[in-house]
Amino acid sequence: MRRKGKIPAFTETMDLKEYIELVFNDYTLRTITLGTAILGAVTGMLGSFAVLRKQSLLGDAISHAALPGIAIAFLITGSKDSNTLLVGALISGLIGTFWIRGIIAKTHLKSDTALGLILSLFFGFGMLLLTFIQKQPNANQAGLDKYLFGQAATLVESDVWLMAIITGLCLFVLLFFWKEFKLFLFDTDYAKTLGFNTNFIDILITSFIVLAIVLGLQTVGVVLMSAMLLAPAAAARQWTNSLSKMVVLAAVFGAFSGVLGTAISASQNNLSTGPVIVIIASVFVIFSFIFSPSRGLLFRQIRFIANRRDLELQKTLAFMYHIAETHEDISHPHTIKILNNFQGYTRKTLQKLVDKNYVTLDGTMWSLTEKGFETAANLYNQQAIKDE
Amino acid sequence: MENKIVEKSSPLSSGNIAVQVDDLTVAYNYKPVLWDIDLEIPEGVLMAIVGPNGAGKSTLIKAILGILKPIAGSVSIYGKPYDEQRKLVAYVPQKGSVDWDFPTTALDVVMMGTYGSLGWIKRPGQKEKKAALEALEKVGMLPFKGRQISQLSGGQQQRIFLARALVQDASIYFMDEPFQGVDATTEVAIINILKDLRKAGKTVIVVHHDLQTVPEYFDWVTFLNVKKIATGPVKDIFNDDNLTKTYGINYKVSIQE
Repeated sequence: MRRKGKIPAFTETMDLKEYIELVFNDYTLRTITLGTAILGAVTGMLGSFAVLRKQSLLGDAISHAALPGIAIAFLITGSKDSNTLLVGALISGLIGTFWIRGIIAKTHLKSDTALGLILSLFFGFGMLLLTFIQKQPNANQAGLDKYLFGQAATLVESDVWLMAIITGLCLFVLLFFWKEFKLFLFDTDYAKTLGFNTNFIDILITSFIVLAIVLGLQTVGVVLMSAMLLAPAAAARQWTNSLSKMVVLAAVFGAFSGVLGTAISASQNNLSTGPVIVIIASVFVIFSFIFSPSRGLLFRQIRFIANRRDLELQKTLAFMYHIAETHEDISHPHTIKILNNFQGYTRKTLQKLVDKNYVTLDGTMWSLTEKGFETAANLYNQQAIKDE
Repeated sequence: MENKIVEKSSPLSSGNIAVQVDDLTVAYNYKPVLWDIDLEIPEGVLMAIVGPNGAGKSTLIKAILGILKPIAGSVSIYGKPYDEQRKLVAYVPQKGSVDWDFPTTALDVVMMGTYGSLGWIKRPGQKEKKAALEALEKVGMLPFKGRQISQLSGGQQQRIFLARALVQDASIYFMDEPFQGVDATTEVAIINILKDLRKAGKTVIVVHHDLQTVPEYFDWVTFLNVKKIATGPVKDIFNDDNLTKTYGINYKVSIQE
């Protein structure tokens, strides 16, 4: 087994083509790129479920709950083989998760309290064990703390294979139970009345989330792992109103975060890969929250302003209509000055009304056109209907 | 006395008991939410469950449907345990019980009503889609079938829930406050659908809050406040006496003859 401790250092000036060639040719870089991409995809996919269940903290609790398992696995076996340690992580992650479920079901504690409680309890215990291990006179003890923040450079091909197999399995289960998952996520009680075993569905989803998180500990670490679960899903939610598209998009965002994060960390003097991936994923989130056409802040603000303008225009027109109404000739000219008393009137709105052919201007006088009068009358009628 | 009332039950009732509840007791904590409920709901009635907040109205429905596990008691649907009769029962939960920002469309939610008969794994096909579209049509929501559910008004969301239950084509419908937070138009639309269901011989059980409309909408009523106070035809038992017993204060509701 080839294991390199370090990604070959690249200079900033290296161009994209060279980098891509390197991804295909260099064992370490290829392994890390593939590993982080697969990890991003599977966590993104499963993260959609965690986000939609409003269990955003679950990922955080699971990853922290895995830490004592890593330490205990090392204490028992004395081995630092990543697979051995991950089995320990998996077991303690599962224990933590089902403990949380138990607390929520059996007590009146809210789920965030239960999650927070288990998170701190397990993480505290894990840290205690890590310090204990470090004090031991065993030369082999160093390096367990890499699971705190992850070290992508330690990934080897077999790790990536394991990730790929788990991801494939997860995908299969997802497609198989898609209908059940959707129903469960949207309306658990209703799913129960239809005769579905919601406990089974819940355990299935939760177990896969635990698996995905444990797989990511070596790369991203206990502390930041939950971001891998949440960020791609939160970003994906902004772009679509379909569950299937959301899951696919989250997987794509997650994979891209992995690939880009690895590229940046490799080309920037070996910046720590895990945190860079998490930051890239967060950039996806920020971008999505601002620029998504239907839910993004930017377009919402633009639509809000546009709506206000429309209303201002309508109100001004309605005001003019009321004045024009008092005259027999609807196009009787009036002085612009009388509009000054009307809040909402501006030169701009007047110009817009002229542009729309609702109003004609003649010096300091305005008069309503036939078209403007009709439009205003209809506006008024609609309003009257609404008020009824 | 109750038995007598059941005997001279509404002409619509064929005499079959649709839902029978025996000794049902439910507690979340130490204090029982429902205490020793015995209830017989005849087939073909449109029944309101009324009672103050915290009287256990929703809990009763949830316990009957197996969503909550009772401490004691049993439920039978047409004489058999609920588990065997699931396909005869449809449920309309409270609108507020789900997240309407969930990424899905109105049609998709209504399709969920077909999942029960499909069972595990099998995907809905053309037949299920057709049934869902028909149900949307019935509740007047067909033009909104592709709409993201968060973009529907409260009344429209309620109709979607109703359509989802209609797709199940059940014999017994349990509805948890279907009139809550809906506008007058939707209320009329919903009550018309309920009355159609009754005409078709279905049994409809509704948790209801607005006492004023009970005589107008329903023909059967159950008064509930942790214990069952009374159950029977509206015209016989919907009176100040039972209302006072249920709501604890001296209740006067003007019942129109």
